[in-house]
Amino acid sequence: MPKLTIDGDEIEVPVGTTILQACEHAGIEIPHFCFHERLNIAGNCRMCLVEVERSPKPIASCAMPVADGMVVHTNSEKAVKARKGVMEFLLINHPLDCPICDQGGECDLQDQAMAYGFDRGRFEENKRAVRDKDFGPLVATHMTRCIHCTRCIRFLTEIAGVQELGATGRGENMEITTYIEHALGSELSGNIIDLCPVGALTSKPYAFIARPWELMKTESVDVFDAVGSNIRVDTRGGQVLRVLPRINEAVNEEWISDKTRFAIDGLRRRRLDRPYAGRRGARVEIDWSEALDTVADRLRRVPAERIAAIAGDLCDAESMFALKELMVGLSAPSLDCRQDGAKLDPQCRAGYLFNTTIAGIEEADACLLIGTNPRWEAPLINARLRKRHLQGGFSIAAVGPRLDLSFPVELLGEGGDTLGALAAGEHSWCERLRAAKKPMLVVGQGALARRDGGQVLAMARAIAETHRLVRDDWNGFNVLHHAAARVGGLDLGFVPGPGGLDVAAIIEGCRSGRIELLYLLGADETDIDDFGSAFVVYQGHHGDRGAARADVILPGAAYTEKDGTYINTEGRVQLGRRATFPPGDAREDWKIVRALSGLLGRPLPYDSLGELRHRLRAAYPTFAAVDRVGPAPWGEFGRAGPVDPAPFTYPIADFYRTDPISRASITMAECSDVFLVHHGELPAWTGTRG
Amino acid sequence: MLADKDRIFTNLYGLDDWRLSGARRRGDWDGTKDLILKGRDWIVEQIKESGLRGRGGAGFPTGLKWSFMPKQSDRPTYLAVNADESEPGTCKDRDIMRHDPQKLVEGALLASVGMGVHHCYIYIRGEFYNEAQRLQAAIDEAYAAGLIGKDACGSGYEFDIYLHRGAGAYICGEETALLESLEGHKGMPRLKPPFPAAVGVYGCPTTVNNVETIAVAPTILRRGAGWFAGIGRPKNSGTKIFCISGHVAAPCNVEEEMGIPLKELIERHAGGVRGGWDNLLAVIPGGSSVPVLPKSICDTVLMDFDSLQAVQSGLGTAAVIVMDKSTDIVKAIARLSEFYKHESCGQCTPCREGTGWMWRVMERMVKGNASAAEIDMLLNVSYEIEGHTICALGDAAAWPIQGLIRHFRPEMERRIIEYREAATRRRVAA
Repeated sequence: MPKLTIDGDEIEVPVGTTILQACEHAGIEIPHFCFHERLNIAGNCRMCLVEVERSPKPIASCAMPVADGMVVHTNSEKAVKARKGVMEFLLINHPLDCPICDQGGECDLQDQAMAYGFDRGRFEENKRAVRDKDFGPLVATHMTRCIHCTRCIRFLTEIAGVQELGATGRGENMEITTYIEHALGSELSGNIIDLCPVGALTSKPYAFIARPWELMKTESVDVFDAVGSNIRVDTRGGQVLRVLPRINEAVNEEWISDKTRFAIDGLRRRRLDRPYAGRRGARVEIDWSEALDTVADRLRRVPAERIAAIAGDLCDAESMFALKELMVGLSAPSLDCRQDGAKLDPQCRAGYLFNTTIAGIEEADACLLIGTNPRWEAPLINARLRKRHLQGGFSIAAVGPRLDLSFPVELLGEGGDTLGALAAGEHSWCERLRAAKKPMLVVGQGALARRDGGQVLAMARAIAETHRLVRDDWNGFNVLHHAAARVGGLDLGFVPGPGGLDVAAIIEGCRSGRIELLYLLGADETDIDDFGSAFVVYQGHHGDRGAARADVILPGAAYTEKDGTYINTEGRVQLGRRATFPPGDAREDWKIVRALSGLLGRPLPYDSLGELRHRLRAAYPTFAAVDRVGPAPWGEFGRAGPVDPAPFTYPIADFYRTDPISRASITMAECSDVFLVHHGELPAWTGTRG
Repeated sequence: MLADKDRIFTNLYGLDDWRLSGARRRGDWDGTKDLILKGRDWIVEQIKESGLRGRGGAGFPTGLKWSFMPKQSDRPTYLAVNADESEPGTCKDRDIMRHDPQKLVEGALLASVGMGVHHCYIYIRGEFYNEAQRLQAAIDEAYAAGLIGKDACGSGYEFDIYLHRGAGAYICGEETALLESLEGHKGMPRLKPPFPAAVGVYGCPTTVNNVETIAVAPTILRRGAGWFAGIGRPKNSGTKIFCISGHVAAPCNVEEEMGIPLKELIERHAGGVRGGWDNLLAVIPGGSSVPVLPKSICDTVLMDFDSLQAVQSGLGTAAVIVMDKSTDIVKAIARLSEFYKHESCGQCTPCREGTGWMWRVMERMVKGNASAAEIDMLLNVSYEIEGHTICALGDAAAWPIQGLIRHFRPEMERRIIEYREAATRRRVAA
């Protein structure tokens, strides 16, 4: 390990470290704009210049690897002078519009100008003005402020994998642009707002809304997909104003998807803020006692085997646990959390988890995707796959209709017939699996949520076992979920009990009259036209599909309005935290179920979230290991039998509108319009929307 | 003065046949096979001993540069010949390529043998259309004659040359920008390290040499390192093509001994300064990038790397731009500032922002519409650019202005005062 001297202190750092990293290691902050540890080194801002002895010129510390015996001065006259010069150059053409700039208060240029700038300018000429670009409904541009650090270009090209942003023009006429103006076609485009060190790229929906020092910041987790991205929810006066990523190397690194970031305006629209009774057309506002009485009365009168409950995709584990206990107390066995009908087997935990883990993708050297579109089902897992692809020596193949995942994928077939050959080891691609040291496969809900889903699952298990994907030191079998609640629901057994019905059977039961009371806990993705004459109770936060068909509506809390436990697709337990309160009369979901149980004369044995969690963790110890992935032993799962050769279909047709919150979001509707309708991926809108 | 027998470029003026037959008559491709068979180490050693320094401007010892190429490489290695001659005032490579192209082709082969390279790219400036045609014809002739190709000169050495035309950007003459452009990217200089000898074109070890550097190599190898080293002064040895332009009676390219006095060079070969030596105002001795020299220095200075560096200028590409007393020197340098502003690639901050700033101030200086304090500010800005950029274009933009202020500050101050006085007069009259 090379030893070097920084400002008089000798330190030892690993080979390949840059001077800038070594300085940070030594506790010395080097100002920089273009350098970002997750992007390629550009070395173009020149803000990080330091003096290195025996070098005639100051050195860009971000790009220079350390050498043994190097003597670095970060605060010598030469270094400080160089830095001040660069700062002056950055400021000469930067507008002095901080008072109207959304970046104000969290701007790298502003902060570093305070430290390294001069209190007056020497530039007497006219400042440069640059025409703004239209990057679509999410990213606002103020290109006059741009300091040409090229972080946005590097992010989109390297990490998002879309070659859409670049620089045209030379010298002072250089501009960041999409060449031919169009919206940025990436699900991760919002991250360039965070990356931009100045106010050149800002959030369009958040424009002129708030200043960073006015916001209350709450650390939470995201529910728009099953990745469980770590987020920070910024609120002011009870309103969620923006969502930013938190760093978690194991999950989302420091990125979030555009849906996570921008769907939050849906939290303010179409909200259920008080209980209602009656079907559409005859719906009346009622108060809580009346609503709970009505539901309790029904629950008492209907025989247990004619009661069913379905939990939705955004539910926290606590509310599902409370509802499960209530149903068990009533001896009603028909409950299910797999509202898309996925044939997941709750008996074996390894059979429904992303066992490799997200960070583990970086160790894999071959990957088989079965009926999944990770780019839409989990954009951050897709970004990890791309990251692994860029490291080289990673072959990726897919079974399913053709896709653009931002990296090359070999298409082996569209439907189930290919799986048999793979499982038998007869397919030519099996060579790759055999040659790989750490092969992995990913089964998506597109493959599992069909009639032969159990057989597909068994087939995937056969592939994993034939090609030794599962060993003591490596588990390459992965199920990719797109519902945040799914793994939690399966872990706490929100599945049919003995003699109980699953989702498909429940809906069939509603139609045939076998089910008389259906309790929907935030379940909006089922087909509401098929509920027959059943009495439907909808507990949730948005007036979406479920509420439309409900006979009684119990207003609940959205993910930003309650403390809740979520388990992501890896099986990682994470805690979401309340950033604001539910609107109007709406209540936290577990409390609603608890209140109902009291009216039924079978009170659940907890009066606080702490007590509930205690009981939950006692019953299911997995939930106690927060921020960790619990054990998932390998076992038997799936159902033997032939697989239908029909092509798989991907579960998400519109990335931007997948759940009640994003369907209520105007921003997401605009995205859907701009990115999907205009690209012919969705039919054009008819009539009014939203 | 260089004796005719010591000239390397015997057809610099195109009076003789440029084709292979003519080149052979002049001695090119004579005994090349034997030179190849003497081997890699011998070639590098000879070039080292000859004291040849790169002719592209920076003057880095060529033999040393060649010795940086890896002895063993599991990847291909490349020679890239920099024929993107765009430095204002410079036109030497152009004449080599149109009148003596076989020297370049043979040089490329021998240099490649010296570095163990089998592929050579010649990156030629896009505007040099005719030169590219002629160079391609020369390459084709060499292939047809078996001088290069699968079995170069019958030595068993495999060697290919590819001619690549640029698209007309000055910055693509910077060696790493050239490699970027060669790969099909936007011509923007790369960060160094890694240097091209480690990571060059397509990520493989590459050496980038100027056309003249490569073209003199065969003659050095044939006539011996001692012959070349004996011309000129120590560490500044050999012959050099000087491009004399501007206010002289007969602008020309001429091959001369390194270290020839500037005055002798101009008077003997270019017919002297227009209106006599005393009518001389200033000379830019090495292409637009180097600082200007006033007459007092031009009287005695020698034309080589170290002498010019001692007077705070440089040999650069040896493009001597002569300006007589009719020249508006501030305007001349302002024009160069505009050139650098226009050619800055825009990648790194000091050059992108600073070249435009300096040009705008220079435009005001031409009229005198500035304050005297701004001269110091301008000088300070030029120091803030110099040495702080990724490539040398920032330095090249700063030096002419530094030279101007160093030697012609009174002229700038005079204009400022006159402009003030004229403004006052206008105010009084109104």
